[in-house]
Parts: sequence; structure tokens; C-alpha cells
Amino acid sequence: MKYDVVVIGGGPAGLAAAYEAYRNGVNKVLVIERDKELGGILNQCIHNGFGIHHFGEELTGPEYSQRFIDDIDKTNIEVIVDTMVLQIDEQNKVHAINNENGYMIIEAKAVILAMGCRERTRGAINIPGSRPAGVFTAGTAQRFINMEGYMPGKEVVILGSGDIGLIMARRMTLEGADVKCVVELMPYSNGLTRNIVQCLDDYGIPLKLSHTVVNIHGKDRVEGVTIAKVDKNLKPIKGTEEFIKCDTLLLSVGLIPENELTRACGIKIDRRTNGPVVGELRQTSKEGVFACGNVVHVHDLVDYVTEEGYLSGKGAALFVKDEMNTDITHKTKNGYGIGYVVPQNININNIENEVRFYMRVKNVYKNHVIKAKVGDEVIAKKREVKFTPGEMIGFSIKKEQFEKLVGNEIEFFVEGV
Amino acid sequence: MYDVCIIGAGVIGSAIARELSRYDLNICWLEKSEDVACGTTKANSGIVHGGYDAKHGTLKGELSAKGNSMFKRLDKELSFGFAEIGSFVIGFDEDDEKEIKRLYENGLKNGARGLEIVDKEFISKKEPYINKEVKIGLYCKTAGIISPYEFAIALAENAVENGVILHLETEVVDINKEEKGFIIKTNRGNFTSKYVINAAGVHADDIARMVGINDFDITPRRGQYLLFDKEQGYLANSVIFQTPKNGTKGVLVTKTYHGNLLLGPSAEYIDDKGNIDTTKEVLEEILQTGKKSIPEVDGRKVITSFSGLRASSKNGDFIIEESEIKGFINVAAIDSPGLTSAPAIAVKVVDIVSNLGLQLKEKENFNPYRTPINRTENMSPEEINELIKKDPRYGRIICRCESVTEGEIIEALNRPIKVSTIDGIKRRVRATGGRCQGGFCTPRIIEIISRELNIPMEEIQKRNKGSNILVDRTKKAFEDYKGDC
Repeated sequence: MKYDVVVIGGGPAGLAAAYEAYRNGVNKVLVIERDKELGGILNQCIHNGFGIHHFGEELTGPEYSQRFIDDIDKTNIEVIVDTMVLQIDEQNKVHAINNENGYMIIEAKAVILAMGCRERTRGAINIPGSRPAGVFTAGTAQRFINMEGYMPGKEVVILGSGDIGLIMARRMTLEGADVKCVVELMPYSNGLTRNIVQCLDDYGIPLKLSHTVVNIHGKDRVEGVTIAKVDKNLKPIKGTEEFIKCDTLLLSVGLIPENELTRACGIKIDRRTNGPVVGELRQTSKEGVFACGNVVHVHDLVDYVTEEGYLSGKGAALFVKDEMNTDITHKTKNGYGIGYVVPQNININNIENEVRFYMRVKNVYKNHVIKAKVGDEVIAKKREVKFTPGEMIGFSIKKEQFEKLVGNEIEFFVEGV
Repeated sequence: MYDVCIIGAGVIGSAIARELSRYDLNICWLEKSEDVACGTTKANSGIVHGGYDAKHGTLKGELSAKGNSMFKRLDKELSFGFAEIGSFVIGFDEDDEKEIKRLYENGLKNGARGLEIVDKEFISKKEPYINKEVKIGLYCKTAGIISPYEFAIALAENAVENGVILHLETEVVDINKEEKGFIIKTNRGNFTSKYVINAAGVHADDIARMVGINDFDITPRRGQYLLFDKEQGYLANSVIFQTPKNGTKGVLVTKTYHGNLLLGPSAEYIDDKGNIDTTKEVLEEILQTGKKSIPEVDGRKVITSFSGLRASSKNGDFIIEESEIKGFINVAAIDSPGLTSAPAIAVKVVDIVSNLGLQLKEKENFNPYRTPINRTENMSPEEINELIKKDPRYGRIICRCESVTEGEIIEALNRPIKVSTIDGIKRRVRATGGRCQGGFCTPRIIEIISRELNIPMEEIQKRNKGSNILVDRTKKAFEDYKGDC
């Protein structure tokens, strides 16, 4: 099997990437999806709010992905589902397996990684206590309810106020469950403001900030959890423990980009994003391998995932046509208050008009400005009433603003006003 | 009437059952859990110890060194997976050095093989990530790692295939000694047997008390563990102990048989035999202690933590003997190095019952071999394609973290010991045991179990009864729907 571009993952990132590669003149494109259908995690996201930026309307997850599936259907892009990629070898050959074709070795001129992310587990945050059934990640519960039609529990405590946790608080309430509260370790929510309002406030579900789960009780099935208030160092405060009776604990405690394939083939990983270090067209440190979507960094809006998918698709197309410049002209640097910046590398010659940088701040900053500087010169800035770690920040810089500053480092930092 | 009744299907019961299954005997085997290997066996370090540290002259000293020497052959017969990766006891100062020399001498007396006192260079060469402060070490070439429950399952499956009758979810509630033997009362009726072998782990004292034996108590000693992502497995090539303090082997750092990094255990005496909770303080302590051996261990890469109980007695040694009640044999207080000793304990128990007058006639058709579950992960592309041609379900990966196919899961459901639980599948093929801890594959596995065994989705258990994963259908799901599904 020989293709120009092989896309690993048929979620929103992979679909956009495949389509854009095709639109840029690549003929032989293959999308490999491990689940039974295209769409990725969007298939279980039956709430609306997807596509506000990209389509200017509020779609559900399946509606959003269907638009891209329809686009792909009109092309000669090939799709194989229920197929797992096991390895990308040194020559960028993709090793995959399914029950129809068996073990396949697929040749590709360019590969696009779009494997998405996975949820952090109980173990990752070391919640002590017993180990009963009834502890789920929010996404698993979402799949059970929205795709399988089963309830994973009736009396629920949710740890983590990221968007998935908030959405599930509403979803489980609508299905008749009693959601006791959403517990958040930080003094602020990691979710979008609109989700706090629409998923908690509208249903009277309490959000307990600066709290965490300190114990899980129950031998066979969860019988309750103990929560406690935490201090400034996020350590539980003795004497503030409170037992909450429940049969289910949902964990929405963060997402980890799924980069096992990436790591195994030696691609450089940024320890801040847990994704590959990428360039402006989402090229990775391995020639011919691109990456996009949540495998690069965890996005909060699918619209941004789509944009990134397009970039990687375009990059892969340029690479296949041998029209891409592969060296690096600029690097980004995380200055004060900045958690990470994507892309980490730039080649000015691959850019048409501007570069859109994505970043997250480390803390909540009110009335601050984010600045980009090269050397001592501030080349761009962005001001908001409030920056929070929960909302990814988009930051565009025109090509001409740093065109003349070749070989330099662009530092982003937060500054008070 | 049975010839022998074995109580308890942990690794000790399993090893005994398998050893006795060589002979023409009627054997019944009772286990209160829904599966074998559900107690101490499922949650320990999985180490085949060298046999140097248990005090010479004790049963532990004798049986651990002997047990160690039996694993290679057992693995050939039963294919559970044994890797002889070697172990280190590392020392940082003169006190440690003294203790290491003492261990070495003790090991020689026990008959431990492959012992060597080594210097910093030797250790650093084998273990590049070891603490740079290390000065001296005791290396044991013959130490190794296994998956403890896979070992027990292999023994148990082979025992069952050789005719031992296993009763799961069968809890012994009372035992009466009659003239000809014992009446063992359970929640599923009575069993009568000439001999009883008590291998009930932390409950061995409770079982013994049922026939009036009160001469020992089992105190559970809890050990907590941190299991890390396979990505961290590179940090340890061998089993790394720190020099023992206060008589315990202390916190070890090891690679597991399947390539994860494992830290633990703690050693806490507790009252409740059902308490396998983990605690924040102890987990933190394990991490910090482990870092003394391997400073680069990254606490953020933990995928799960768990704890298990060791069944310990006051005098500190195994209890393996006929009790004051004739025909009732206690195999109790099998704490560390019990896993290592298990095969040797089984041989010893067979000797004991033989000396008591049980006629042991070797079976003509005893089959020492067990066919393992196909593992596509360990196969070449050609072998996988061969298998997929025969059964396409080996081409569909269900558990992505551990690369487990539908074919393997279905095999796990149809072994000599039937299972229907998520944890039962996990212990056989590792599905749900990977970095996402079942987040992605649990729904798909439930679907497979439901389809294959014809059990409604919401009745599928994580482990024992009452541990269902799902509680109900969603509101009106499917009920009002009249269209095609």
C-alpha cells in the first residue's frame, strides 16, 4: 500500500488535515481511524456549542464532524476504520492492523499524527482510598450515556471543573442522576465560563473551588467520597473533611496528548504541552511527519483543532510536492506567566500572511497584557480583561512584523497594566 | 468423599492444587472469591527472590532458595512468563556494607545461587539511573520477575485441566471433624474430604479456628504500591532493593514483567483483613524512598496505585504442617517471600500428606503443559496474519494501551477457569491495565462479555457481586424507540 499522505486519526483534527492535504493537490490520501466510525470523541459530545468560530453556528459534536465527513466523502480520500496503528518506522512507513487486512505496512511520503488525547486517571492524581467500581473518567461516562445508552451511576460527585466535567454535570442531571457537587482543586475553574453558567448555575449544582477528594469509600461499588478544602499549596486542610454519599465519582482532571506512537519513533516532545515540538505548518522534528489537534496540545475548542488540522494538511501537501522549507528561522520562548506556546518553531518562508500562536497562561491574570518581543523590541500585544489557564489564547503576528528579525527568539510574556 | 479439599485459591492453593493434580486423587478446591488469585496474590511485588535474605534455618530460608530454582522449568511448562532480570541490594554506607555481607553469607547457607558482592561501577553499568551515591551492592543473578496473578492462574488452570474440581464463590463457613474425615460447610452446600489443606491466606487462622485450632493468628501487613507508565520502565533493568532496615526488605524499585515501573511496598500492620485502601501519606513516602534508589522517578507518570495484604504471623516464619487435628494441614502465614516459595511449598505439602498416609499414585495422563492465551503483541507480522486468517478477531485491537485484541479477550473468557468480570480479563490479558486504566476499552469489553456470555450489560461486574460498572439504562433508552436499532 502506497500513499502520499497517511493521516492517523479520524477525529476533527485528522479529518481537517486529510481534506486540506487533498485540497492542496495531494491525490493519494488515507485516513486511519481506530474506532468503528469517523468523528473521534465528537461522536459522544452530543451537546451543542461546537463550531461557533468556524461555522458561526452552534452545532453538536456529531453535526460538526459530519460536515467534515461529508467533505471527505466528495473526494477520493480513502478511509479505513476499526484499524489500529502500531508503529511508524524509520522510513515513515505506517504499521497498522485490522481484522480485514491483517498486519499492514503502509508507505507514506508524509504522515500526519492526529491521535487526540486521553484522560488522566485516578492513579495520576493519587486519590487514596479503596478501589471500588464506580470511579470513571468523565469521558468514559459520557460514552456510556451518550453512545451506549447506559447510566454509570445515580448519585454523583465530579472532581475537576474542566469542560468535560461541567458538561457531564448537566448531562447526568438531565438523565435523572443527583449530581451532588463539582469539586475543583484550584481557586478557579478550568472550564469555559459559558459552561459554568449553562451546566452548573442553571441546575443549582454547587462548584466547590479549592477543594479536592481525599478519600474514596466502598468495597465493591463507591459508597461515598471525602472531600476537603485545600490551602494555598493545594494541600488538604485538616478538619475541613466532609463525607459525601454517592455511588459514582467522575474524574475530569485533565487530558494528556496520546503521543505513544510519536515518542516511539523518536520525535521530540515538549514537556510543557506533552505533545511534539512543532513548526508553523505543524511539522515535527522527524522529516515528513506532521501533527495536529489534541495530540500537539490540548485545545478547548474544536474550532481551533480544525484550524490546526488545516495547517498540518497544508504542510504535508507542501512536503509531498517538495515545496516546503525545512529549516528553522525563529523559535518561541515562554516568558513570565506563559505556560506554553505552540508552535515552538517557525520558518518564515512557509508563511503567507501571519502566524497564529496558541498559548496558555499559568495563572489567572486580570487586566494584564500579553506581549511578544524579539530582543528588546515588542512586536505585538494582546489585552484582555482576564486571562485564565482554562482558556487557550490565540495570538496572531503578521509575517512582516518578524520577517526582518531572522534568527531570533520570540518571547511571549504576561505584564500588568 | 474427596481425598483432599484445598481451601483458598491464591498462589499457594494453586501451586498445591497443581502439584497434587499429578496423582490419582479426588480433589476439591474451594475459593470464596469469583476468581482465583484475588487476595494477596493479586497485589504484591511479583518478584522471584534470590533466596538470600530469609534467615537460614527457617522454612522461609529453605523454601525461597528452592522455589527460586523451580521457576524456569515451571515457565516452560505453564508459559506464564518469567524474566530472570537479577536483583540488587544497594548500600550507601558502612552499615549497609556490613548488612550486605551478612546477607551474602546467609544466602550461601540457604543455597541461593548467583550471588555476588559488587561495586559501584558494576551497579552503574547495569543500572545507569541508580543514585550516584551508591557504594556497594549485593547482586543476585537468579532473581527475577513474574506477574504474580498470571503465575497463579497458570498453575490453577493446569490443576483444573488435570482434574482438580474448583468451586469459585464458595465460602467455607464451618468445618467439622468426623471419624473418616471432614465435613466442610459452605454457602454452596457441604463437602466431605479425608484431608483438608488450609491455604486461606489472611483468613487461614479463621479457617483453622473452625476445627478448633487456636495456636496461631494472622496479622495482615499492608503493602501499598505505585505503578508507573511503561514509558518509565527504562529506569530499572533489575529489581532494586535498598539495604534492609528493621527486618523488612523495604521499598523496591523494579520493572514489572510487562515493562511498567513499580515502587513499593510499605509495611503497615493493620487490624482489618479487608482493608486494602491506599493512603496519601504512605504513597508519598514510597515515592520519596524509591527516589533514593532511582532519583529520576517521575511521580506524574503513575498510572495506578494499589495495596495488598501479607499474611504474617508472630514468629515470622511460614507455618506448613499437620495441625493438632489429624488430617488438617495448615499452610499459613505465607508472607514474603511466599510467591517465590510457592512451588517448593507445594512439594513440601505433598510430602506431608503422603507421610500422613495419603496414597499417591502418579496419573498416567497428567499433562504438565498449559497452552497460553495467544498474545499478538509478542508475534511477528507473519504470525499475526496467520492467526487473523484463522480468526479475524485477532486483528481488532480493543485495549489500545496494552494492544489487546478481541480474539485474546474472547480466549480469556473461555479458559479452563471461566471468568466474566472486567478484572478477570485484566488479570489474563491486561486489557484495562494500561495507561488509560480502561477509560477507552471498558465500554467495548463490557459489550464483548455481554455478547459472548449473554449477560446484560448492566449486570457485568468489575470483580465480585455488587461491583457493577453500570447501574441502569439511560432514561427511557430504547423503550420508546420503535424504529430500527
